[in-house]
Amino acid sequence: MSEVRFTDQHEWVRLEGDEATVGITRHAAEQLGDVVFVELPQAGRKVGAGGEAAVVESVKAASEVYAPVGGEVTAANSALEAEPAKVNEDPEGAGWFFKLKLSDKAEFAKLMDAAAYQEFVKGL
Amino acid sequence: MTDTNDDLKFTPLHALHLELGGKMVPFAGYAMPVQYPAGVLKEHLHTREKAGLFDVSHMGQAFLSGSDPARALESVTPADIQGIPEGMQRYGLLLSDEGGIKDDFMTTRLAGEPALYLVVNAAMKDADFAYIAQMLKGQAQLAPAPERALLALQGPLAADVLERHSPGISEMTFMQAKRVTVAGAPAIVSRTGYTGEDGFEISIDGKDAEKVARALLAEAEVLPIGLGARDSLRLEAGLCLYGHDMDDSIDPVEANLLWSMGKRRKEARDYPGAGRIGKHLQDGAGKKRIGLRPEGRAPAREGTEIADKTGRVIGRVTSGGFGPSLNAPLAMGYVEKEFAANGTKLDLIVRGKALGAEVVAMPFVPNRYKRAKK
Repeated sequence: MSEVRFTDQHEWVRLEGDEATVGITRHAAEQLGDVVFVELPQAGRKVGAGGEAAVVESVKAASEVYAPVGGEVTAANSALEAEPAKVNEDPEGAGWFFKLKLSDKAEFAKLMDAAAYQEFVKGL
Repeated sequence: MTDTNDDLKFTPLHALHLELGGKMVPFAGYAMPVQYPAGVLKEHLHTREKAGLFDVSHMGQAFLSGSDPARALESVTPADIQGIPEGMQRYGLLLSDEGGIKDDFMTTRLAGEPALYLVVNAAMKDADFAYIAQMLKGQAQLAPAPERALLALQGPLAADVLERHSPGISEMTFMQAKRVTVAGAPAIVSRTGYTGEDGFEISIDGKDAEKVARALLAEAEVLPIGLGARDSLRLEAGLCLYGHDMDDSIDPVEANLLWSMGKRRKEARDYPGAGRIGKHLQDGAGKKRIGLRPEGRAPAREGTEIADKTGRVIGRVTSGGFGPSLNAPLAMGYVEKEFAANGTKLDLIVRGKALGAEVVAMPFVPNRYKRAKK
């Protein structure tokens, strides 16, 4: 069983056991426009919840991607380096950014569920 | 600039932008489409492949009249305005008394018309018009034309498309300008643009703007293009954006825009800031505008520090991003003159890391202007 939660910075995080997969939401990908470059964290790097973890750039602008939950990076989606357009094509699937070994499950529980995130986006 | 949505101005095409799904953003006091549903990347590539229509009605248009408006205008620019042949447009820099660049602008001498037609940048138009009117007081009269709209049709198929709505127009060559009708509307058309492609700029009365825009957009080759792609296209073409790649602290020698100074003007030294600029012409300036190709795929944005290979900061990026046609990052900036030669290896400090880059000639993507055959 996996569960997906969302941040107010428009990241999604899917938890399977203590492994969290992180990406940017469809809304974020649409707002950003065509992604031309991503910078991903190295495996082994420790990040705190809300800390800068990756960078995503469109033709026009650069944006930070924050770690929704704290933990140690276990993998990065290196396919995005050659094909950054995957972030636009499938932001909540093949366009994932990195995986973390979650340090505190309570941080995950505090994030928005899908319904709450949809309400949040509507209110923007 | 503190734009709130309440005091934004609309161009005559505002309703059409909304209908086309334009994502509207504040720019130079106007609500302007930064992109349409196709997105910046596709809009950019479409313009290079076929034809794109841009609304640039926010730019400042004006007519300068008087007994000798060309001679009068030369008191604020080093361009050879008196030497513009009838039916031609020319690029020029508006200079302060100290030789700093206040703006760049286009001057057109229409056949059989004593008044000159001017186009200046949107963000600078109020300041420019006040400055020109004041400096030329008693010699020439400036009449802004806020009722006019301005469209740009750019790309390799622009001439084919415009020919259907203005028969004979495709015989014009680069930098020519004339009065014609487009889709039945009286227009001033020049074969110019801001993309590096062949194309046209079409000045029409605001009340005709939607009719003309719809006629051009109805052609299969044409997509509407927003400000996002306008910026990436001009950067690939090596063209400056005022307020970024030049401002009033920069002179024409530093900006590497010497070609915009008339030969007669250089020799006569009869332009504003002739002391500073003349010295730079003779001895060279301490810094120079250059093009940079970063290694890898990470863009270096405006403000990025440029360092030499010892780590010393020797300049700064003034425009930077990703070039869709180049399929690579690209940047423009200023460096100390010793580092301005093509082929010089430098570093760009992006998020605290040094990324290698090389000084390259501009344009980054070859121009495809339809020049007159010599």
